[in-house]
Amino acid sequence: MTENLVNRKEARIKYLDQDKISRDFPILKRKVKGRRLVYLDSAATSQKPRQVIQKISEYYERYNANPHRGIHTLSGESTEAYEGARTRLARFLNAPANGVVFTKNCTEAINLVAYSWARRRLVDGDEILCTVMDHHSNIVPWQMVAADTGVKLRYVPVTDEGDLDLSKLDELVTGKTRLVAVTGASNVLGTITQLESLIESARAVGALVLVDGAQLVPHVPVDFKAMGADFLAIAGHKMLGPTGIGALVARPELLEEMEPFLGGGGMILDLTLEGSKWIEPPWKFEAGTPVVAEAIGLRAAVDYLDEIGMEAIRQHEKKLVNYALREFAKIEDFHLYGELGPERHTATFSFNIGDSRGGIIHPHDVGTYFDSLGLAIRAGHHCAKPLMRRFKVVSMSRASCYLYNSESDIDKLVDAIHKARKFFTGV
Amino acid sequence: MEFEDLYQEIILDHYRKPRNICEGDDTGHICVKHENPLCGDELSLHMKMNRNDTIKDICYRARGCSISISSASIMTEAVKGLKKNEAMELIETVRRMMHGEVVGDGLGDIEALQGVAKFPVRVKCALLAWMALKDALQSPYRQR
Repeated sequence: MTENLVNRKEARIKYLDQDKISRDFPILKRKVKGRRLVYLDSAATSQKPRQVIQKISEYYERYNANPHRGIHTLSGESTEAYEGARTRLARFLNAPANGVVFTKNCTEAINLVAYSWARRRLVDGDEILCTVMDHHSNIVPWQMVAADTGVKLRYVPVTDEGDLDLSKLDELVTGKTRLVAVTGASNVLGTITQLESLIESARAVGALVLVDGAQLVPHVPVDFKAMGADFLAIAGHKMLGPTGIGALVARPELLEEMEPFLGGGGMILDLTLEGSKWIEPPWKFEAGTPVVAEAIGLRAAVDYLDEIGMEAIRQHEKKLVNYALREFAKIEDFHLYGELGPERHTATFSFNIGDSRGGIIHPHDVGTYFDSLGLAIRAGHHCAKPLMRRFKVVSMSRASCYLYNSESDIDKLVDAIHKARKFFTGV
Repeated sequence: MEFEDLYQEIILDHYRKPRNICEGDDTGHICVKHENPLCGDELSLHMKMNRNDTIKDICYRARGCSISISSASIMTEAVKGLKKNEAMELIETVRRMMHGEVVGDGLGDIEALQGVAKFPVRVKCALLAWMALKDALQSPYRQR
């Protein structure tokens, strides 16, 4: 590569055109309680650029039809768009297209593995390794498998700094381990987990690895093949796409061996009254009319992310993490959970504000107060109760950023933190 | 506007300087503990009755949001000295108020809780102490 090209690539990587990006998201112009919205809840769901919204409208206005079934023009176009979305998502993640199963959301993708793989393969005495950091959606399905099969669940603990504690990994990953189910990035702490070490340990004992990519894929460039995981679950709505779509990305040979989770139309090779034969994956996992508009929306989201560049987004978020950690450090009686620094942190921050008498201001009070200032944050247990217990709290406030947030949003957040304390404690 | 309705000065005052926090020993008290697992609010209420069925003494320990703390503070101030049936009537009035009913005035600091009705997710916070009181009043150990 010539130096010129490298420089140009770097130039592209370092700066996002923040003005253009904020213009692309119509909702960011909205006023809340008389103030311009500061959206800091992207870990719950991201906002959608005009480009995504338009593609969804266009589908309904111009070529809405049931794909795969009809022989008319519209159905052909709809099929092409739906399958095109699959190919596009696969290219975005460097995954094989026949390894991409569209689901309703990330939770369904994880449950698909729990029902179609784990329940059929695992027996009493086998173990699944989860983590204390994971979202309920990557714990509950395995607890349900455990209840039905006698499989034992074990958990990777979390350090005070908010990292997965891999110091006893040798004891946790053993010959009994059949699956390691781990998040790629914490929805609470923002911690980017040590997937490489976990995947290596799992490989060594022949266990499969499922990565919950809901909070990873929107923020960090992900190469499914290079990552070496067996399953990757993703959520479309957290990566600028619409709600109602997620995906399970898997090694195609695993999908071959798995039985369908849902039965119905669109997944049948032949059906007699005595029984049915399935078509090949990924379609055998997509019974019923598929989520066409949602897939088209997700494709537009992927196009948008690629246009800006995932590496550029990552760099932008690292800058925000750096800035936020520096600003948070100046606040007295402030508890930030997870402080691994920008290399291991997405721009998601969970915290509690001290009430200057040894307690904290309840996150629900913080959330309501912030809302009055136009700041949208999340307050509660974030579907991560084991993690709340780990940090000996019932709830946390969480501010989560994405490509449309800037340092000035962090300034507003810090300002709101000071104001909230003053408002509730009177000092 | 709604925000100010919720966090009225009276509420903030009770939250910052909560009244009737338990100090010392609870011997002879009726003790009940209520919690709201969704938001982690916790309240333990301690109450002593007179022979003539009036509330002699009432105090609490709590962990929670400003609404649940201030409501507990307001409640304990309001019911001390009330007869059991009067306290039960007051609980019902507050419950109706939390469901948006207009319940009239003359309720003192309790009226400051009216704004909570506009925030359905916070109604449980406000009712926590009142439901604990109901439980305590109906406790079979009341006569001891």
